[in-house]
Amino acid sequence: MNLNKRELMTLGLGTVAALTLPALPAFAEGDKTAERIKTFTGGKEPTAGKVSLSTPEIAENGNTVPVSVTVDSPMSEESYVQSVLILADGNPEPGIATFNFSPMSGEAAATTRIRLAKTQNVVAVAKMNDGSFFMDKKLVKVTIGGCGG
Amino acid sequence: MARPRVKVPKKASKGEVITIKTLISHKMESGQRKDRKTGEKIPRNIINKFTAKFNGKEVFSVDIEPAVSANPYLQFSVKVSESGEFEFIWVDDDKKTYATKKKITVE
Repeated sequence: MNLNKRELMTLGLGTVAALTLPALPAFAEGDKTAERIKTFTGGKEPTAGKVSLSTPEIAENGNTVPVSVTVDSPMSEESYVQSVLILADGNPEPGIATFNFSPMSGEAAATTRIRLAKTQNVVAVAKMNDGSFFMDKKLVKVTIGGCGG
Repeated sequence: MARPRVKVPKKASKGEVITIKTLISHKMESGQRKDRKTGEKIPRNIINKFTAKFNGKEVFSVDIEPAVSANPYLQFSVKVSESGEFEFIWVDDDKKTYATKKKITVE
């Protein structure tokens, strides 16, 4: 590849822009996480709010960390939460689970127990039936990682 | 292995939002672990889907990935407006299905 000085400059600038821009949503090593969110939202940027994740601040055992999520919604036929995607941005694979709700859920709330390999962010993205998306993120400090083998 | 345990209130009032707790014993082999002797990866076998139905209609489900802990625990809510029967179904990577049913009286 032959590049003159001007082309090199533009290339350089482009690379700098490409490196700094995606860093803004604060997923340092979370490319896979960002990808999963993108797939889930169809490219829409989720808004902060409505979703509330509840996780321990410090998890001594990463093999079983309780995680609860609730979404503020009337859960009526007209307005309800369709699903909530739970991710962890520091695991070998970010995916954890997707909760699929219905108006018969009464409230959009679910709890499970998850594996966390190390200290990292747990992310919840909620999909409303009107096509909007909301997100919450919580840092969990893990003492003993839970992917051992 | 894999005997499901479910807690559903026996009675509820019409329109009440009840909490359901489920637990099933399953090792949830993540596919990330290596056999200590051979060094080969142990093949993944997890429960990948949970479904809760009420009177035959799906009310809640979960798509599960390997990062859910062994013996997966799930807690969720359902609004009940009539008496009936819940059915809970777990399916794992080997296509094994585990199911249990619970009745509720709504007054």
